[in-house]
Formats: sequence, structure tokens, C-alpha cells
Amino acid sequence: MGSWSVLIVLLCYLALLFALAFWAERNTANRWIKNPYVYALSLAVYCSAWTYYGSIGVAANSGIDFLTIYLGPVIALPLWMFIMTRIIKIAKNNKIASIADFVSLRYGNDRQLGALITIICIFGIVPYISLQLKAVSETFQLLSGSTQTAENIFLDTTFYISLLLAVFIAFFGTLATDASRSRRGLITTVAFESVIKLVFFLVIGSYVCFALFDGPSDIYNKAALLEGFDTLVTFNGLEHGISWFYMIMLSFLAIFLLPRQFHVAVVENEDPKYIKKAIWFFSLYLLLFNIFVFYIAFAGKLSLGTGVNQDYYSLLLPLAEGNTGLALMVFIGGFSAVISMVVVSTLALSTMVSNNLLIPYGLLDQLFQTNPETNTRYIRNVRRVSIFVLVVTAYLFYYYFSSQLSLFSLGLIAFVIIAQLAPSFFLGLFWNRGTATASKIGMIAGFAVVVFTLILPRTTLGLGSNTDFITEGYFGIAALKPFGLFGMDMLSVEAHALFWSLLVNLSLYCLFSLLIVANYRERNFGELFVHVNSVIGNDEQGYVWRGEAYVEDVKKVLNRFLGNQKTEKEFHQFYKRNGIDPNNQKADARLINFSEKLLTGTLGSVSARMLIGNVAKEHPISLQEVLNILEDTKATRASNKILTQKSKELTQLAGQLQSANDELVHQDRLKDEFLDTVAHELKTPITSIKAAAEVLVDDEGDMPSEYKENFLKNIQEDADRLQTLIGNILDLEKLSNGRQELQLEHRSVRETIQKAVRGVHQLAEKKGIQIITAEISDAMAYYDEDRVGQVLTNLLSNALKFTEAEKGKVKLKAKSESQQVKVIVEDNGQGIAEEDFQYIFEKFYQSKYQNTRKPQGSGFGLAICKKIIESHKGNIWADPDFSGGARFVFTLPIHSN
Amino acid sequence: MQNPKEEHKILIVDDEPNIVMALEYAFKKSNFQVFIARDGEEALQIAESVLPDLVLLDIMMPNVDGYQTLRKIKENQHMQHTKVVFLSAKNKHSDIQKGLDLGADKYLTKPFTVKKIIEEVKEII
Repeated sequence: MGSWSVLIVLLCYLALLFALAFWAERNTANRWIKNPYVYALSLAVYCSAWTYYGSIGVAANSGIDFLTIYLGPVIALPLWMFIMTRIIKIAKNNKIASIADFVSLRYGNDRQLGALITIICIFGIVPYISLQLKAVSETFQLLSGSTQTAENIFLDTTFYISLLLAVFIAFFGTLATDASRSRRGLITTVAFESVIKLVFFLVIGSYVCFALFDGPSDIYNKAALLEGFDTLVTFNGLEHGISWFYMIMLSFLAIFLLPRQFHVAVVENEDPKYIKKAIWFFSLYLLLFNIFVFYIAFAGKLSLGTGVNQDYYSLLLPLAEGNTGLALMVFIGGFSAVISMVVVSTLALSTMVSNNLLIPYGLLDQLFQTNPETNTRYIRNVRRVSIFVLVVTAYLFYYYFSSQLSLFSLGLIAFVIIAQLAPSFFLGLFWNRGTATASKIGMIAGFAVVVFTLILPRTTLGLGSNTDFITEGYFGIAALKPFGLFGMDMLSVEAHALFWSLLVNLSLYCLFSLLIVANYRERNFGELFVHVNSVIGNDEQGYVWRGEAYVEDVKKVLNRFLGNQKTEKEFHQFYKRNGIDPNNQKADARLINFSEKLLTGTLGSVSARMLIGNVAKEHPISLQEVLNILEDTKATRASNKILTQKSKELTQLAGQLQSANDELVHQDRLKDEFLDTVAHELKTPITSIKAAAEVLVDDEGDMPSEYKENFLKNIQEDADRLQTLIGNILDLEKLSNGRQELQLEHRSVRETIQKAVRGVHQLAEKKGIQIITAEISDAMAYYDEDRVGQVLTNLLSNALKFTEAEKGKVKLKAKSESQQVKVIVEDNGQGIAEEDFQYIFEKFYQSKYQNTRKPQGSGFGLAICKKIIESHKGNIWADPDFSGGARFVFTLPIHSN
Repeated sequence: MQNPKEEHKILIVDDEPNIVMALEYAFKKSNFQVFIARDGEEALQIAESVLPDLVLLDIMMPNVDGYQTLRKIKENQHMQHTKVVFLSAKNKHSDIQKGLDLGADKYLTKPFTVKKIIEEVKEII
């Protein structure tokens, strides 16, 4: 295939991406663009040419090691629920545009720290980008069949491809000056490329497995006969295992810290909820990407041997078969992996370079002089120039240096360098003591260790210079061997470098954080990062600043960058939100903080702080004061919490009082009703006695003697009734108040029942009612015999009262259950009406379904029974399921408790 | 008791037989023709057939209570001239007012003096 035809295909593909980016930028709300899957797919920018080509090379050379790079992220992803949501919350709230912004903000907007991180990232990422360009160049050559290298840069196709990419990034990456705003067009193309590279990789994998061989097992079986196969598919002892651990740790850190990953995961995140979906979707993506790696590697070894660049087996295999179409497809897939990585990395780096390096170190004064339009244009141009400079630098690095290094090893070096951000990044999220100085010292020292243990020896080896120091140690000291510091030589080179650099970095970070007392800014933001959930939403209050500033001056600064209209709008909302009088001339801490944030998106947090600092005369505050203020806000928050809690409790209490009151009113009404009923019940026999007595007294001797007798008998009867009634009332009162003392003893239930039956025997006989006591067991229970006798008598009397004369049958039963004795009194009388069940145990309740005749009794009977049984801790109820009469059941405890 | 033509007919309605017995004796002795009912339902049956001059009516009775009985009597065209006197243990002001509002001619409370009841009844008739 001629190089021109390949180039044309490539340009067509780029044009397609331009068109897609344009369309997406116009339709940002489209559901094909704004959804969690696009977010998850954009995370797959992680899979660069290194994955697409390099993994196969690693698999062919060192076996399963290639997996570590994907295991780290898969392990990290579930933690995102916890950590990434938190990072996104902080980032969104502070308009963070890059990882340098994020970390430097944590340490009090430290200018040097932001710059240092930017430099470290450039060191790590620019060679990494150059590797991607190298992959494009080499695959381009393989495909077009040209073997000679370009005589100078201007004859090299890769140079022009790089420039095209730079144009693409510069155009779609800087549409808005606010770098914290998302770029839908760019992200959509990244997601699209993620799909392309995965699908094409799966296609070539299937082609190799099923078209060139008879399936994966065929490849495996044939490969098993190759020399050194065992070392490729197994762990080689404990050392190898430990190296694995460090490799996984490395990629674990990379998924958080690589500037391009931070960019797609945090800066471009539109909704923290997307993370949930991304966790499984991205893990699945990585899994799919790794399915065929091993087989392609083995197939390459079997068909092509080791004489070719093993990274490019996937391209060489179809080419060897003369299948150029498929090879072209593989090339486009690899190109997609390159573009997305280069685009996002360059964009992230250029933001850092402009916001953390160029603007705060030199361009700020100039910006301060001019008007908003020029400023916006100026900032945009700074970013665009940065993009071009970065891409060209990466290209130059590729052109002059990277010919000797494999994709995989340079990728790993990048990872180890970026891992130096880890202590400041992660500890800063959870520990509020960390300081900027400690962070800087840790990073510089860690980076130095990486230089000595990895970068220096690796490049020396690559360039073939004097390598004595590698075998002898630096300065001839054996303990300083770059690949085996202090005799530690069992790890792989990268694992070794990672171990020592992180150890030094972390130790120094912790040591200096403890030694140096944090200044108030560090403390302030430390608090904000560590307690993100309680502070955010409330952080306009929780910010410590003391000084003198005039609102007008601050506004002037904002006007220069945001324009008058936007500034006024933002201030209006700010005043409204915080309930501040817009006529205040002096700015307070909240306004300063708010203004800094407004500028951060455009200029980065460091420059924003410097700009506001120009017009706000800040008074130094001692740490003690900061702590006091922070404690105060914390205390206010706490007391607010307590107040809310208290008011909730009060509301609850009020509710309880209300229901208690209702209950009291109800009780009061019941008491009234009770008294009314008692009065009525007492009046009836009294009336009767009085009337009979009056008639007798007024007798003039003409009353027949049987009348006299009747009246006297009535008096006696009503007096008895009165006595019973008063006795009952007193009983009930005593039982209700718990003043009734029970004579509790172990007794035979049978005896008590028989005693009660004897008491009503006469009455039953008179009415011709049969009392059956056959089913009474020999149970013993613990009770007051007189009282329980009273209950039995009452139930028996009721039964006799409501059964028909001559036909009535009353049956008594008793049986012991686990902890209690159950006593049953049932009859074949009229039964209990359904609506009476819930009331019959209430005092004075008398069913209207009784005989038309006023029933005999006080209306206290069952109420007293209930009280007595309950005071024995038993239960009494009427069985609603019993038909053909009434059945009352009560229980008594067998043992004393 | 011996002269039926001068006798006024009185219906005593109460579910307490002992009270009724005393009243019955006393009214008969004062030359009333006495009828007895033990609840509202019975009272209405008897009243419709004998058309008493006066009904002495308890309030708290099973089934049909005193208030309902009074209403029924007032609705009956043949008993437009029948006087009704409540005789009840309910002695709250609100109860008395309710009874009178329903159209009772008098409201007497228990416990009572038999002599006084007879005097009141005679006065009303």
C-alpha cells in the first residue's frame, strides 16, 4: 500500500473526527453525548498505543506481566465510589481545571507547588506522548512499506500528523477560556475512538485466532512447544510476585494521577452519578481489551518469530497474509488510541502550563493591565501556543531520542514519575496536617530517586554510553547500584524505582508535615479537602481570611477577565445567597473567596489568588487564630446541628405532649362517664329503697300484708345490690391503682374451680342448667385463690344468666401449657355479638343484645375479671371463633417470677 | 280506685321493677288507673291502646330509650294531649334541658319523694 493512500485514509479519519467534534459541540444536550457511557468510554483514554501495540510485545517477551497495568485500575475502580466522588465534589466546587490546580489548592494555593507538579508532569508525559507519535510513525512505515527514515523533520509524515493533531486540540480544547468547563466535542471524539480501538482490536484478535489458527486452544497448544513457554505463563517465584504487587500499585496510582485520567475523570465529569456506571463499564472494557493479547503474541511468535518488532504483531500478521485491508483497519485502531491519548494529555498539560507556569510566573502583570476581550484572547492564545509547543517538543523527543526505547518501558517510566504526586494527593485528601513545603520536598526527593534509579540508567543503556555505574554503583559505591539500592536487587527495575522513590517521598512528606506548622491557608484548605462533605455547601462561610479590601477594587479585577455583565450577575447572586447588603464597601472573607473561585476556572487557582491578592490587603493571621476561627465555624456548624437536633426533639416532644394530652382528655372523659354511670347505678337502688320506705311509712294501715312483705323484700334486695356495687367499685379502684395485695400461692386449679362451682350450684340447679367439669387437669398455678375464685364466679354467673333454662350447659376446662394454665368457661347460650368483643371488658359496658329486661349485675363484672387476671400477669379474652355460645378464656402463670 | 270515671290513666315506664312497684302502689292509692311498661317499646304499644293522660318516663332503658319514646308519642296524632313527665337519674343541667326541648312537660329526677311525684303529676293533669 502506498504511503499516499495510507495518508489519505488517515486524513479522512481525522476529518471525520473534526466533524464529530463539531456536531457534538453544537448538540451538547443530545442523549448520545450526555450520558454515563460516554463518560466511561472517555476513561478508556487510559488504553493508549501502549495497550494497543505494547501489551502484545510485553506478552511475547515477559508473559503475563502486561496484565498488571489493567489490574491496578480494576482494583481502584470500586474505590472511586468513595474517593473519586469526593475529588469531583471538591474540584467542581473550586473550579479545578487540572491535577496541578487540585494539589496546589490543597496546600494553600501554593504557586511553587503548582509549577513543580506541572514540571514533573511534563517530564513524565512528554516522552510518553512522543512514544505515541513513534507508534504512529512506525506503523505508518510498516503499512506503507517504506523502510527509510526521513532525512529531516520536514520530510517526516509524522511531523505533519502531529501538527494536525495540535490544530485539532488547539481548536476544540480552547473554545471556552474557563478551563474547568467541559469540552463535549473533544470528549465525544475520545469516546468514539475508544469504541473504534476496542472493536478493531477484537476483530484482529478474532482474525488471528480463528482465521489464521484453529481457535485459541490451537495457538496455545502450538505455543506450548516453544522454548521458554513456561516462564511466560507462570510467576517466577516470590520476587516476581512482589514486582507484580508494585506494578499493580503503579497502575492503581496512575488511574488517579495521570493528567489525562484526572482530566477525563474529574474535569470533564458532568455528573458524579456517572461514576457508578463507569465502575463496571470501564472494568468490562479493560477485560475485553485483554482477551486476545496473549493469543496474538503467541501467534506472532509462531508465524513470524522473534526477528521483528514484537509490539507490532497485530499489524504484521495480516500483512504477512497479504490482507492489507485488515492491516489498515488495525492501523486506524492504533491511530485512534494515539489520538485520544495525545489530545487529552496535551490538553491537560497545556492547561497546567498556562495556569500554573506561564500566567503566575510572568504573564499576570500584563493581563492585569488590559480589558476583558484582550485578556480572554490572550489566555486562549497562551494555551494554544502551549499546545503547539508541547506537541512539537514531544515530536522532537521522538525524533532524536526515543528510537532505542520500547513503548512499554517508557510508559512505565511515565507512570513512576507521575506516582510521585501520590503522597501529596492522597494524604492531602485525608490528613489535614500536610503542608506545601513537605509536599514539595517529598516530590523533589522522590523525583530525584526516580532519576537516579530509572531515568538515568535506562537512557544510558538506551544510548549505549558508559554503563559502569550500573554494575558498580554510583561513584563506585555498591550500595548505590541504580537497580539495587542497598542491596535490594530482587525487584524488577520499575518496581525497585517505585519502591524507593515512594518510600523517600512519603517519609519526607510526613516528616516535614509534622515538623513544619501549617500556615493558615494550608490549614484552611486542608480542612476543606478533608471534611469536604461538611464544609462544601457551607464553605463560603468556612473560609479564613482577614484583611482589607474594597468591593470596587475586587470587581475591577473580575471585570478584566469576566466582563462587566457576568461580574455583576455573579455578585448579585452571591449577595442574594449570603444575605449580604450590596452596598457594603468593604469586602469580607466570603467575597474574597468567592471572587478567587470565579477566576480560578480561567486562570488557575494560583493566579486567581495572586490577582485578588493585588487588590486585597491581607493581614497575617497567626495559626492559633486560624485554628480558633476554624474551631468556631466548626462549633457553629456543630451547634447548628445540635439546634436542629433539639428542635426536632422538641417537635417530637410536642407531638408526644399532644397525644398525652389527648389521652388525658380521653381519660378525663372516661372518668366523667365512669362517675356518671356510678352515680346512676347507685341512685337506682337508693331510689327504690327510698320509694319503698316512703310507701311503707305513709301506710295508714290499709296496705295488704303481702305488699308490705314485698316492699320490705325489695328494700333488702336493693340494699344488697348497693353493697355489692360499692364493694365492686372499691375492688376495681384498688385493682386499678395496684393497691390490691394478692395472696399468691401455688394452688390446685381444680380445687378452686370446684369451689366456685359449688358457689353457683344452687342457682344452676334452680334454672336447670348443667355444669360440666370433666376436662380439668391436675394443674397447679400461682395465684390468689379468692380473687381467681371471684373471676370464676363472675364468668359462671354470666354463663348461667345468658343460657336458656333447662337447656343450658356450662362447661369448664383447665389445661397446663408451657408456662401457664389455661382455664376455659364456655356455654351454649346466646353467645357474644360481634361488635361487643372489644368492649365487654370495659367497665359498665352492657350489651344492648342482652335480654330486653334490664340484666342483673353491676356492669363491673368483666372489668374486674380483667383487672384481676392482669394483676396475675395473665390474659383474659372472649374467643371470637367459638360458635354456639360464649367462650371465655383466661391464663394464669405456673411459676412465680 | 273505686270510681273508674274519675280516674286518670297513667303509664309508668321504667326497667327497675322495685321502683315501679312502689310508684304503682302509690298512684293506685291516689286513684289513678296505672299501666306499666318495662321499656320504650312496650310503653308505645300500651300507650297506643290505652291512650294515657300522662306518661311517667324513665330515660335510660334498654332498646328504645326515653327520648325516642317521647318522640314517638309526640308524633302520634291520638296522643296530642298526652302529657309526658321524665323521671330520670340523669340530673345534669344539659340532660334536663334536652328533655324539655324534646317537649316533655316536666323533668323530675331520681331519687324522688313519692308524694312529690304524685303532686306534680296531679298539677300537670
